[in-house]
Amino acid sequence: MTRVDNISGNLDWLSVLLFFLIALLGWLNIFAAVYDETVYQNIFDLSLNSGRQLIFIGVSILLITTIMVMDFRFYDTFAYVIYGAIIILLIVVLLFGREVAGSRSWFEIGPFRLQPSELAKFATGLAIARYISSSGFRMDRFSGQIMAFAIIFLPAGLIILQGDAGTAIVYSALILVLFREGMSPNLLIIGTFSAVIFILTLLVEEHLYLYLSILSIATVTIFLNRKRIKRIVLIVLGAIVVAGVIRSVDYVISDVLKPHQQNRIKAFINPDSDPLGVGWNVTQSKIAIGSGGPIGKGFLKGTQTKFDFVPAQSTDFIFCTIGEEHGWLGSLVTVGLFVTLILRVIYLAERQKWRFARVYGYVVACIFFFHFAVNIGMTIGLFPVIGIPLPLFSYGGSSFFGFTLLLFILLKLDAHRMQVLVR
Amino acid sequence: MNETRKYVIQLIVVFTAITFLVKLFSIQVLDSRYAQAASSNVIHREVEYPYRGLIYDRNSKLIVYNTPQFDLTVTPKEVRRLDTLRFCELFEISKKELEQLYESMRSKKSFSYVRPNVLIKQLSEKDLASVQDYLVDFPGFDVQARTTRAYTEPVLANALGYVSEVSSRQLERDTLDYYKQGDYIGQSGIEAFYEEQLRGKRGVKFKLKNVRGIDKGSYQGGKFDTLAIPGQNLVTTVDLDLQKYGEYLLKNLSGSIVAIEPESGEILSFVSGPSYDPTKLTGRNYSKNFSEISSDTLKPLFNRPLMAQYRPGSIFKIIQSMVALNEGVINTNTYIPCIMVPMKCHYHGPGETLVGAITNSCNPYFYNVMKRVVNRGVSNDPYEDTRQGMIKWRQYIESFGLGSSLGIDLPNEKGGLVPSVQYYDRAYNNRPWKYSNIYSIAIGEGENLVVPIQMANFAATVANRGYYIIPHLVKSIGDNGRPLPKYQEKHYTDVDPKHFDLAVEAMAEVVNSGTGQYRAKLKDIQVCGKTGTVQNDPLPDHSVFIAFAPKDDPKIAVSVYVEDAGQGARAAASIASLIIEKYLIGHTERPQIEAFVKRGDFIY
Repeated sequence: MTRVDNISGNLDWLSVLLFFLIALLGWLNIFAAVYDETVYQNIFDLSLNSGRQLIFIGVSILLITTIMVMDFRFYDTFAYVIYGAIIILLIVVLLFGREVAGSRSWFEIGPFRLQPSELAKFATGLAIARYISSSGFRMDRFSGQIMAFAIIFLPAGLIILQGDAGTAIVYSALILVLFREGMSPNLLIIGTFSAVIFILTLLVEEHLYLYLSILSIATVTIFLNRKRIKRIVLIVLGAIVVAGVIRSVDYVISDVLKPHQQNRIKAFINPDSDPLGVGWNVTQSKIAIGSGGPIGKGFLKGTQTKFDFVPAQSTDFIFCTIGEEHGWLGSLVTVGLFVTLILRVIYLAERQKWRFARVYGYVVACIFFFHFAVNIGMTIGLFPVIGIPLPLFSYGGSSFFGFTLLLFILLKLDAHRMQVLVR
Repeated sequence: MNETRKYVIQLIVVFTAITFLVKLFSIQVLDSRYAQAASSNVIHREVEYPYRGLIYDRNSKLIVYNTPQFDLTVTPKEVRRLDTLRFCELFEISKKELEQLYESMRSKKSFSYVRPNVLIKQLSEKDLASVQDYLVDFPGFDVQARTTRAYTEPVLANALGYVSEVSSRQLERDTLDYYKQGDYIGQSGIEAFYEEQLRGKRGVKFKLKNVRGIDKGSYQGGKFDTLAIPGQNLVTTVDLDLQKYGEYLLKNLSGSIVAIEPESGEILSFVSGPSYDPTKLTGRNYSKNFSEISSDTLKPLFNRPLMAQYRPGSIFKIIQSMVALNEGVINTNTYIPCIMVPMKCHYHGPGETLVGAITNSCNPYFYNVMKRVVNRGVSNDPYEDTRQGMIKWRQYIESFGLGSSLGIDLPNEKGGLVPSVQYYDRAYNNRPWKYSNIYSIAIGEGENLVVPIQMANFAATVANRGYYIIPHLVKSIGDNGRPLPKYQEKHYTDVDPKHFDLAVEAMAEVVNSGTGQYRAKLKDIQVCGKTGTVQNDPLPDHSVFIAFAPKDDPKIAVSVYVEDAGQGARAAASIASLIIEKYLIGHTERPQIEAFVKRGDFIY
């Protein structure tokens, strides 16, 4: 085995191809998003987001090279160190970071800006992978689960303190990873169930109906199970808990969430109720996407109507540019690319013999999936507006680096999967 | 088990993707609404500024109204090939001014490259007319209509106050977040005090404009528009003609005139001299005029009736008399010789009884009167005795509304000063003091301070024989036709109403045969008044006169202060009686008195 082979021979070129394809499409679309037809513009212009994105792509190639050259065992060995360093950065940014739009999540050093929360994703992935793959860990033990949750939620909590609730929610995707590694599905089921109750509570104005339906369902099930006392107790408990959830949802919505967050939930539930107020973003986004038709208006041709009406156009709402300029076909291609990448990552994760690599692989898949789902979902009104980027597509250095690190560390681990002794 | 799990996760991924594609299909291919919305129409949000409430006088004459004013806005993204030379010519500004305007517009936080920004504020209708036809040659430039205040008469500036753009400090303190940069807000006077009632509520209109900026109608038929709610109108208590006359009389003089209708507390006239033309603080020249007006050494923005604190002078003697009568330490027949010590006096005979003492303003008389009120032998120690007496005395004085602000519906009312026991303790550094230290307050000199509105209120109290209603400027807010509740309450003094008769008699004598007879006596109307001369070393004394008329069933009470104008019997008495004439019969029958005032020659 030559050194070259060692690095590149077993590398999954399909993933690399998908990575660059998505990055390329992203770059072109950023240019389209900022394009102004009255001014002569060069896609490489550094003052434009598109030019800067190219720089980010360039720098990330450096990152990729570094990852490839370094020993693959580095990541497992130093997982906790990297994680610790990122946690420190997250704490420091709370103290010294620059406040932007109500959240203190950025470091500013001269012309450079760094967002530690984007880097925290891969670090947390490494840490959780290391922890789960460590000997002595058992998923079915309570202490194991608690520790795993702690690793995930420590950075999430710090990010919430920064004021960036959107990014913090991403970490909930890691529950799926735990699920794959053997955690009982009960938590997931309870979680989904709670989400359903949550939505029902929001949709149904008159909570009395909800309480009545719980009562009737409980009565029926008790009747059906009237011989088993234990079951009856469980049902009663369950009914009380559900009622409690409904009550606390009310409380959370009115008293815990900030007004702009409340408004987003309201707009999500019914965007048409206030298309010009809180529903403005989504309305404009849907208009832009919807106007694309089957095949779109053409590259750079969508600028006339959508400029400045869709906010955060080159970042959170970048998908609008695809929808408008390339139509449903363009949406199909983009969704297809992402799904292919995510499924491929899952495939890579599954073929790992080393548990560390497999867990890490699932982290990559879940994080990519969550971003993909929430970001696109928000632009078409299927999800409340949460400011998170579309991976490799949205403009932004820190997020691009974060995703690059996420993916390529996995690819590196995968490239060496044959060299690992199964413990 | 793990096998199924990995399929579960992959299924979730694929399911999400399919859901998206289906929804996208429905939005992009099936539903044509969005395509239409995007391709030809774009929603513009226009703010509708509310109509500020109008202000009327007590006879429903309009005083303050709104006049349209136009801001020139520019949307930088839409500007093409700007011919700056022609632009500057058209708007009559220099290229440098244009650059400055552009810079200050750019530096605003609300600057947007793609939405209209205000470039030139407040073009008048004249400006607008001359440039309107040419606006089409300047794409990206547009006109936004606002309203600004206008006045039917150039009077009442100090009481009305002025309106200007909200400052950044005010924005910071606006906890309800109602105001935005560029909004107008009342800064002083009635405009400030009744800001909430006057300002109305902003409305918003959503209009459709296509990419060329051409108006295509209302979004969804105006379903989401909210109408601007105009502000409530105010009816003031002021008589506009009387106000004009008062300002005319006080022109070129420094001082104040306050006229009140005694039985209601309504202020008929509120003059602060020198004043300014309220129209100067509206429109494009606001900033230039404001700095001119605020740096005028005579301080036209200083609201004298409320804020100028003077010693009350001999007018105070009336209150002293009533307090003494109520305490029973004197009666109408009490005779005290005028021995010129320890206070000096002008010659008016060997001594006086009460009415004569008031009429002729005898100082030693009141030295004695107050001494009798304060030193009652409550304690053998004269210091303690004076203390006790002063506490009681102060209570009386405060019940007349002195020593603290009355609560008029204008901001910045000062309360004057009625010395308290603690005040003297501090002044004398906790060394003992007694009456012989402080007696100058007996005749309204010394540490006493009053503001003209309090003096007018006092005249009203005497006119009402024992009570006052807090003076106020607004008698009706909006549709309900009532003033605020606190302006409907009667406040009784601590002096029994029966003692007021004596004060009324004395004040009538002052006008008939006393110091007021030369300039305040009217032929068919019995005026009651009192002169006051406030020392103002080394400058000439201030001339002060309070009055009410007619004696029985009084309709107007007035206080006049003229600074640096000598004896009260001259300038102030003349002005007060002229005001009374104007209000009661509509004109003066003594043009020579009017001429005397206008001549302004009071020191001789």
